[in-house]
Amino acid sequence: MKQEPPHIVRSKNGLSPLVWLSLTLLVTWLVLPLIPLAVWSVSRSWFFPDIAPSAYSLRAWEYVLSPTSEVLPALGTTLIIALGATFLSILIGLPAGRALGLYRFRGKALIELLILAPTIVPGIAVALGLHVVFLKAGLAGTMIGVLVVHLIPTLPYMVLVMAGVFANYNPEAEAQARSLGANRVQTFRYVTLPAILPGLLIGSLFAFLVSWSQYILTLLIGGGRVVTLPLLLFNFASAGRNDITGAIGMIYILPGMILLIFAARYMSGRNQAYTATGQI
Amino acid sequence: MNERWKISLMLAPAVLIIAGLFLGGLLLGVIGSLGYMPFIGRSDWSFDAYRDIVTSERFYHSFLLTFHIAFTSTIIASAIGMGAALVLRRSFFGRRAIQFLFHLNLTVPHLVGAIGIVYLFSQSGFFARLAHEFHLIARPADFPALVYDPFAIGIILQYVWKEVPFIGLILLANMQSLSHDYEAVARSLGASRWQSFRHVLLPLLSPGLLAAAMIVFAFTFGAYEIPALLGQNYPAALPVLAYQAFTDTDLNARPAALAMAMVIAVMSALMIFAYARLTRRYVRA
Repeated sequence: MKQEPPHIVRSKNGLSPLVWLSLTLLVTWLVLPLIPLAVWSVSRSWFFPDIAPSAYSLRAWEYVLSPTSEVLPALGTTLIIALGATFLSILIGLPAGRALGLYRFRGKALIELLILAPTIVPGIAVALGLHVVFLKAGLAGTMIGVLVVHLIPTLPYMVLVMAGVFANYNPEAEAQARSLGANRVQTFRYVTLPAILPGLLIGSLFAFLVSWSQYILTLLIGGGRVVTLPLLLFNFASAGRNDITGAIGMIYILPGMILLIFAARYMSGRNQAYTATGQI
Repeated sequence: MNERWKISLMLAPAVLIIAGLFLGGLLLGVIGSLGYMPFIGRSDWSFDAYRDIVTSERFYHSFLLTFHIAFTSTIIASAIGMGAALVLRRSFFGRRAIQFLFHLNLTVPHLVGAIGIVYLFSQSGFFARLAHEFHLIARPADFPALVYDPFAIGIILQYVWKEVPFIGLILLANMQSLSHDYEAVARSLGASRWQSFRHVLLPLLSPGLLAAAMIVFAFTFGAYEIPALLGQNYPAALPVLAYQAFTDTDLNARPAALAMAMVIAVMSALMIFAYARLTRRYVRA
């Protein structure tokens, strides 16, 4: 007989009808808000009180994908900023995570608190004060400025995830590789990296998504001149252009879905990885 | 290389950047809220901005509304998230698919959910059309206002939609890290299902649950784009009010904007304090 792990409760009779009903409701509720966006993106006219559109067309998609609309440039801007913020977060966050995960030292609790705080304090509380400095430094209204300010949520998140990974990591294999003649790069490439890769992937995935979903930091520091997808999405939604909003919305959620399908097998039960996803 | 130096070098870039941007931003916010803004020609220190906002009815209404949004969303999302986690740890057909759906929801930005809520619950939205189909309403205006409404129902619906999977998955991960089946012990000693949940499982999970709830509260208290899209004009949620004051053409409104940002910061600092107390160690293995 297959032995189940202790956290799985064996139920002989399956779920009761009431539990099935609530579960069905919950699943419906989880999917429901995304459906009208998808339908709007292919509808031509959909007036009250029609339950379904009376005519369909692809003109919203044609607009969104046409080289003259502002959507594709915004997609590029969002992608460059998110990839840049993720890359810098790995570069700076990985060593810091290693230090926090592997060593005990004086003042560690204080540093952990400093790194935890930005994952909880809302961006607006910090960015209003920073705005004037970015303005003086010539960074306001530039992609570099937006990228830098996105580090406030992404970098601490990466440090926390990597600290969790390194807390379960045994560095002795590195010493053995070194004693067998491997240099630093080889040791990292063939010993350290394979061991931390699942955690690093999950951390990078969510750091990317945290930057991808930023609204107020981009709006404040970008000052309307750095147009990312969420800014565009918000504008079309408030202007009531539902078909275009639907199409941009579909494009906007696509990377998260694709990345998740790749990373799903690494996901189960990584406590630290979930904690900062509250910022997405 | 000395180990102390090694640790310092590994930490320095991250600590400098986070301290510079995060603590720097907060510090500048405090200074600006006290009226000292040499860049726009103000150099007097005063508590005027704080006095202005606490005596203004506008701020008071915004604060209460924002607290209501954050508190109600957190409580409802925690309760449903706990229920979902309790079901998802059992083995049944379709469990993996539902867990995947929960993860999928984590990756969808709040803004997309907010737009979906408009399309579902506004007075010409899907549910209003459904009500018309069943002859419950004749015109869109007959449908109850669930978006742009005084009780912020649309905003709360959006947060619950997004935070149930978040809290559910954190609790599920916590359940998986429990090493023994304490509930089975309680049940074998004669506890009912409710008793073993209430007196055994819930106390084991409550640090994780409360920590997740603190994160949700701080987020929902300080998020801008969701209340900006789904909220009424008056009273506006506190982050919306702060942003409006900050972008006001009258630069004299800036200290008040920064003072409101500091109120948001203090609320989230309380949440961090509670979170740190609850998890005891900030970074867990």
